[in-house]
Amino acid sequence: MLHCGRGRISLEHRSSGSVSSAFLPHRKYFVMADVKSRPLSPHLSIYKPTITMTMSIVHRITGIGLYAGTVLLAIWLIAAASGAQAFAMVQGFIASPLGRIILLGYTWAIIHHALGGIRHFIWDTGAGLGPERMMLARLTLIGSLVITVGLWLFGYAVR
Amino acid sequence: MSTFSAMKTPLKHVRGLGSSHSGTEHFWRQRLTALANIPLTIGFLCVVYATLGKDAEGARAILARPFDAFIIALFVISGVIHMKIGMQVIIEDYIHGEGSKIIALALNTLFSIAAGAACVFAVLKLTFGAL
Repeated sequence: MLHCGRGRISLEHRSSGSVSSAFLPHRKYFVMADVKSRPLSPHLSIYKPTITMTMSIVHRITGIGLYAGTVLLAIWLIAAASGAQAFAMVQGFIASPLGRIILLGYTWAIIHHALGGIRHFIWDTGAGLGPERMMLARLTLIGSLVITVGLWLFGYAVR
Repeated sequence: MSTFSAMKTPLKHVRGLGSSHSGTEHFWRQRLTALANIPLTIGFLCVVYATLGKDAEGARAILARPFDAFIIALFVISGVIHMKIGMQVIIEDYIHGEGSKIIALALNTLFSIAAGAACVFAVLKLTFGAL
């Protein structure tokens, strides 16, 4: 048995089987095993995923994607400024299957992030924070998919 | 933001500035650029649609038209300011080491300026007659 006094470690209590509380007023001891196992502030791994949480995370991920996409935009514009030959090469890559997949992802990311931003504007007014937030989150996802498909169909139509 | 004035008390100098020492400046600028990004993204999409089906020379000629170049430049400037602030929030959320955080914040600023400057320079070169 190791008694270290008030607010210190007690090995005695650890063996007694009670782990309901880390700090026991009647004992006035902290138990190290209980201190380690007690819940910390809730984090991602604690919550069951919800649509609102997922759309919030996706908003951040699409933001990071668009950040990286700036490099592609810069390459596209610099190639255009460099001359017809360089621009034709970059346009050729965009037209390739891989290029189209990247551009499709970029389109969806920018539309999802834009709709998420509009959702944030609604929240900024104080509205949309009630149960209707579920509907707003679904609209963000469905709207982004519908608009992306629509933009690409329009693109193939006017080409 | 506020300039020093003997007429202000020390409390008045710091009120509203909080722990970031810059108050709600980033909060407001993130929303201002977000608002601008909505019509500018639509404008940029219109420019991209105009280039579809064109050969390289034709597409370059469209990007070089003054209004198209103007829309692209505004889209890029508003976009890189928005993304710089956004990435700063992400860095401050996830990178806790003081040294690595400062390096990440510096790289974020440098990247944003470089990407924005490259795009704007390219558009200006096009529209000022590099064809």
